[in-house]
Amino acid sequence: MSQTTTDSPVRRQRAQLKVRTLRTDRWWLAPALTFVALASFIVYGFWAIFDSSYFVEPYVAPFSSPCLATSCPEGARFLGFAPFGDWFTLPPGILILGLPAGFRLTCYYYRKSYYRSFWLSPPACAVSEPHKKYSGETRFPLIIQNIHRYFFYGAIVIGAVLSYDAVIAFRNHEGEWGHMGLGTLILVVNAVLIVLYTLSCHSCRHITAGRLNHFSRHPLRYKAWTWVSKLNAKHQQLAWVSMFSVMIADLYVRLVAKGVITDLQFF
Amino acid sequence: MTYKAKFRVWRGEGGEGRLEDFTVEVNEGEVVLDIIHRLQATQAPDLAVRWNCKAGKCGSCSVEINGKPRLGCMTRMSTFAEDEVITVTPMRTFPVIKDLVTDVSFNYEKALQIPSFTPPKDVKPGEYRMKQIDVERSQEFRKCIECFMCNNVCHVIRDHDENKPKFAGPRFLMRIAELDMHPYDVADRKDLAQEEHGLGYCNITKCCTEVCPEHIKITDNALIPMKERVVDRKYDPLVWLGSKIFKRSSSKTG
Amino acid sequence: MDIERQQFDVVVIGAGGAGLRAAIEARQQGKKTAILCKSLFGKAHTVMAEGGAAAAMGNVNSADNWKVHFRDTMRGGKFLNNWRMAELHAKESPDRVWELEAWGALFDRTADGKISQRNFGGHEYPRLAHVGDRTGLELIRTLQQRVVALQQEDAERTGDPEAYIKVFAEFTVTRLLKDGDAIAGAFGYWRENGTFVVFEAPAVVLATGGIGKSYVVTSNSWEYTGDGHALALLAGAKLINMEFIQFHPTGMVWPPSVRGILVTESVRGDGGVLRNSEGRRFMFDYIPEVFKDKYATTEEEGDRWYTDQANNRRPPELLPRDEVARAINSEVKAGRGSPQGGVFLDVSTRLPAAEIVKRLPSMHHQFKELADVDITKEPMQVGPTCHYIMGGVEVDADTGAAAVPGLFAAGEVSGGMHGSNRLGGNSLSDLLVFGRRAGAGAAAYIDGLAVRPAVSEESVVTAHEEAVAPLQRTGENPYELHQELQRSMNELVGIIRNSKEVSEALGMIEKLRARAKNVGAAGTRIYNPGWHLALDLRNMLLVSECVARAAIIREESRGGHTRDDFPVMSPEWRRKLLVCSASSDGSEVNVEEQAQPSMRDDLIVLFDRDELKKYLTEEELADFDAVAKEAS
Repeated sequence: MSQTTTDSPVRRQRAQLKVRTLRTDRWWLAPALTFVALASFIVYGFWAIFDSSYFVEPYVAPFSSPCLATSCPEGARFLGFAPFGDWFTLPPGILILGLPAGFRLTCYYYRKSYYRSFWLSPPACAVSEPHKKYSGETRFPLIIQNIHRYFFYGAIVIGAVLSYDAVIAFRNHEGEWGHMGLGTLILVVNAVLIVLYTLSCHSCRHITAGRLNHFSRHPLRYKAWTWVSKLNAKHQQLAWVSMFSVMIADLYVRLVAKGVITDLQFF
Repeated sequence: MTYKAKFRVWRGEGGEGRLEDFTVEVNEGEVVLDIIHRLQATQAPDLAVRWNCKAGKCGSCSVEINGKPRLGCMTRMSTFAEDEVITVTPMRTFPVIKDLVTDVSFNYEKALQIPSFTPPKDVKPGEYRMKQIDVERSQEFRKCIECFMCNNVCHVIRDHDENKPKFAGPRFLMRIAELDMHPYDVADRKDLAQEEHGLGYCNITKCCTEVCPEHIKITDNALIPMKERVVDRKYDPLVWLGSKIFKRSSSKTG
Repeated sequence: MDIERQQFDVVVIGAGGAGLRAAIEARQQGKKTAILCKSLFGKAHTVMAEGGAAAAMGNVNSADNWKVHFRDTMRGGKFLNNWRMAELHAKESPDRVWELEAWGALFDRTADGKISQRNFGGHEYPRLAHVGDRTGLELIRTLQQRVVALQQEDAERTGDPEAYIKVFAEFTVTRLLKDGDAIAGAFGYWRENGTFVVFEAPAVVLATGGIGKSYVVTSNSWEYTGDGHALALLAGAKLINMEFIQFHPTGMVWPPSVRGILVTESVRGDGGVLRNSEGRRFMFDYIPEVFKDKYATTEEEGDRWYTDQANNRRPPELLPRDEVARAINSEVKAGRGSPQGGVFLDVSTRLPAAEIVKRLPSMHHQFKELADVDITKEPMQVGPTCHYIMGGVEVDADTGAAAVPGLFAAGEVSGGMHGSNRLGGNSLSDLLVFGRRAGAGAAAYIDGLAVRPAVSEESVVTAHEEAVAPLQRTGENPYELHQELQRSMNELVGIIRNSKEVSEALGMIEKLRARAKNVGAAGTRIYNPGWHLALDLRNMLLVSECVARAAIIREESRGGHTRDDFPVMSPEWRRKLLVCSASSDGSEVNVEEQAQPSMRDDLIVLFDRDELKKYLTEEELADFDAVAKEAS
C-alpha cells in the first residue's frame, strides 16, 4: 500500500525531538530496583558458593545441593552418592551451579529484567537505549538463549532434589523421622516456590501443549497447558519470590551451620 | 469541572518542527483527543491528527502523550493533574507527515511480506470444523486493531532505524504466530519468522505488551511461543539430527 | 495545476466491508482495481460493527433457512424493502460468511466445530456469526488480508503486487467525472499532501457508508459525511428512502465526549435488560400491535426464553431497533430517564461477571476506559444515537448498478435492501453480498463496453477549482458551520419529527448552504483538516437536504421515520418510495414520489395473510388472496 506516489515536498524523517524520552514519570525506578536486586543476588551467590558451611543435619543449603563430591559430609550427599572423587577439591556447589544459574539466566522473564536493568536495552519503554548497534538474539553469544529448554529439563531435576532435601529435613539431628524445625518449613516453602517457578516456565508451557495446533485432539495435554498457562501468567512474580526464597533458605542453613543462630525446633 | 489545561503539541511538517504551547479548556469526562479537536476548532484549524472511531476500536489516533505511546481517544484527561503540562507528540518510530500524523507505510509493507493464510487445498468454504479451544489463541491476536504502537515502541526499530528491513515488529511477528497456530494453516512459518522477519531481534523486553490498547499478551502468548516453535525447528539438537537423518518434511506437529 | 493521472478498470470508493468485497470481486474477475479509502487501510467504520453477520446457516437452530431470514428482514423493514435485494441477501449470506472463513476469519464456534450464531433483535433464530463483540473488526481484517493475499499472488505472477489491485490510503474523492451520460472516472486528493489525482476508469463502485456526521449524537466516525450519496446525486443518480434513519437504541450518553458511541445489541441478546429510573422493565409497555404475538408479555416468560427458545417468546428488549429507540425516547421525555438523560441497560444482575467479560469483552473495556463504569457491577446508561441510514443510491438489486451507466453502489450508501428499518446483523451480511455483486456488476459492465469513456479536460478543471476554492478564501470557520448543521439535524430531523420542525430545518440548511459558499480554510494543502472539512460540508448539506425534504413529504410513521403529526403506518404510503435527485452543481434538490414494485408471487406467499393485512392495502390483499389460492 502506498500513502502517496509522489514525494512530499518536505524530507521524510522522524520528529526531530532531541531528547531521550518525554516521559515524565519515574521510569528509571523499576530498572534501578531490578539492578540492585539482581546484583545482590549475584553477590550473595558468589559468596555462598565459596562458603563451606553448607550442611547441618538435616539441612543442606540449596545453593550447594545436590552435593556430589566425596568432600561432602556423609549426610549431605545426594542419596549417598559421591560420583566426584577426592580429586575434586573446589567447593562442591560449583558442580551443579550451572543448571539453576543457566535456567535463570536464559529464562524469558530474567532476560527481560536484565536486558532492561543491566544492558539498558531499553531501560524502559519509549526511553532510548545508549547503544549504537543492536542485533538482539540473532547472533553469538545471545543466540544461545535459545537453549533455555534444556536448562528447563535440568531445572526439573534441581526442583526434585530440593524437594527431596525438604523431605529429609523432616528428621532431627539424629536422623529420626517425624520432626520439624523452622529450617524444614523454610526448605519446604522454598522447594514449592522453586518447583512452581520451574513449571511456570515458557518452555514448559510450550512442551506441554503450546507446540500443538489442535488442542482438542490432546485433551490431557491441553489440560496441562491451561494449568501451566495460569502459572505462566505469574512467572515474573514466581521468579522473584523463588529467588528470594532460595537466598533466604540458603542463608538460614548456613547461619545455623555456622552456629550464628540456632534452628527453632517445632517438634 | 471545567478548567484550563496546558498542552504542548508537536507542530511541523516532515519531521522538522517544534513543541508549541497551548492553553485550552477541558471539561469533565474528556479525553486527550477531545482536547486536540478543541484546538482544531478554536486555535489551530490546520492542526493535523489522525483519528477515526473515537472509541478505541480502529487504532488510528496513536500518539505519544507525555512520552508514552497511547491512543488519544482512550486517554482520559482525569488521569492528569490539572496543573500538569501535557505533551503530545507523533509516534517516534515513523516519519512525520505533519504535526501528529505519521507515515505508517512501514507497517503495510511488512504486512505484504507475510505469506497469507494457507488452507489445505481440499477444504471447501463451509466445510471448516474447528473447536473453540483450537481457535482461541489466534483469536486473541486477531483482536489487534493495528494502532502500530507496539511497532512504534519496540526499541529494535525505535532506536535503530537500520533494523527496519530485517525486523517485522511485534505486530507482524504476532501475525505469523496467529497463522502458525491456526488449525487449518499448512504453510511453514518457523524459518521465515527467524530468518526473514527478525524474531531473533526480539529481546522480550515486553514494551509491546505494555502499550497494547487491546491488552493482548503479545510477548507471552505470541512472541515467546513463536520463539519456542523456532527452537523446535532450529535449535533442538534432537530434532535437527532427526531431520538430517530422515530428511523429514517440514510438516506441522499436532 | 499539478495533477496525477491513474488508469484503472474499476475504482472502488470506500474501503469498508462493501468496498473491499467489491474490489476483491473485481480483481478476481481480472479487472485492474483501485481502492480509495478516506482513512488508513483497515480503519473503516466497519470495525465498529459489534454484533455479527446475519446468515441463515442454521448451525445453532437447524430450522433456520433463507426464507425465515427473508421474512425477518421484510418484517424489520416494515415491508418497504426492495424485496429482490432482501431475497438475494437471505440466500447468499451463508456463502459469503463461509468464504470469509476460507480467507482466514476465525469466528466463535459451536460445540461441533461450526460457526456459532447468536440471537439478535428481530431475528427469529440465532443467526449472527460473530467473534465476541468485535465481528466488524474480524470482517474488515479478513477482507484486508484477502486483498493482501491477492497482491501476493499478483506479485508472484507479474512482479508487482499492485499490478491489479492497489490501495490509495487517506484519499478523498470530491467529484465523479463523466463522458456524456456515462462514468469516466473520479477526481480527488491525497489527504496527506493535497495532491490531486484524476482516476480514469469506466466503472466506479461507491461504498462510502453513511451520513451520521450530519448529526451531533452519532455512533459514526468523521468519515461518515455522506460522500457517496452526494457524489451519486451530483453525477445524476438518484437516492431513495432518505427519510429513514436508524437511531440505534443504545448509545453511550456519558461522558459527553463519547456521547453516541455504540453499545452493542448483543448486550440485550445475551440477557441485558432496559430499566427506567423507577426500576421498571419498561419495554413490556411498548410492544406494538404488529409484534404482539411474537414477544413475551411477562418478565418470567422473557427470562425463560434465553434458555428455552422453542417454548417461550423473546423478551421485548429484542424488538427491532426503531421500536426500542422510540421507547427509550418516550421514557426519557416522560421524566423516567437516568441522571445523564438516558435509561439503564443492566447486564450486571443478569450474568456472572466472568461471563460478561467473556461474552462482551469490548463493551466491558469501552465502559471501563471511557466512562469509568464496570458493567459487571453496575448498569450502563444508554440512549438513542444516529447509527445508520437505510436510504441511499437507488440500485439494481442483482448488479448494484445505479441509474448512471458505470456507477455502482453497495453497502450503506445504497438504498432499498433494509426498507424503513435495518435489522441488527443484516449490515455486515449486506456488505458482503452486495459488495460482491457490485464488483461483479462493474466487471460485467466493462466487458460489455464498446469504447472506454474519456475524461474531459473541462470537467477536471471544474473539479479542481471547486476543490481549491476554500483554501483561497478567508471566510468562516468550517467547524462552526458543521456544528450548526449537526445541531439542527439532531433537534429538528431527529428520531421524532413533525412538519413544523422539519421545515425549520430546511430553512436552516438553506442558510447554511449560502454560508458554506464563503467558508475558508487556513493553512496549506498538507494534511489540513480544516480544508478537508470545508470540502465535506458540501456533501453533508446536500444529503441533509434530501433527508429533510423526504421527511416532510412522507406523512406516516414507519421504521426509521417517525412523525408525531402522522403517528400511524399507512398501507398507501407503503406503496410509495421517495426519490431524491439534484442538479449537477448541487444547487437544486428535488424529492419525488415513485411507485414501489409489488413483491414477486412466490415470495409474498411466504407470509401469513394475518401478518400482511397489517401492512398491505385492501387492493393488494385481494391480489394476495388470488395468488395464494392459485398456489394452494
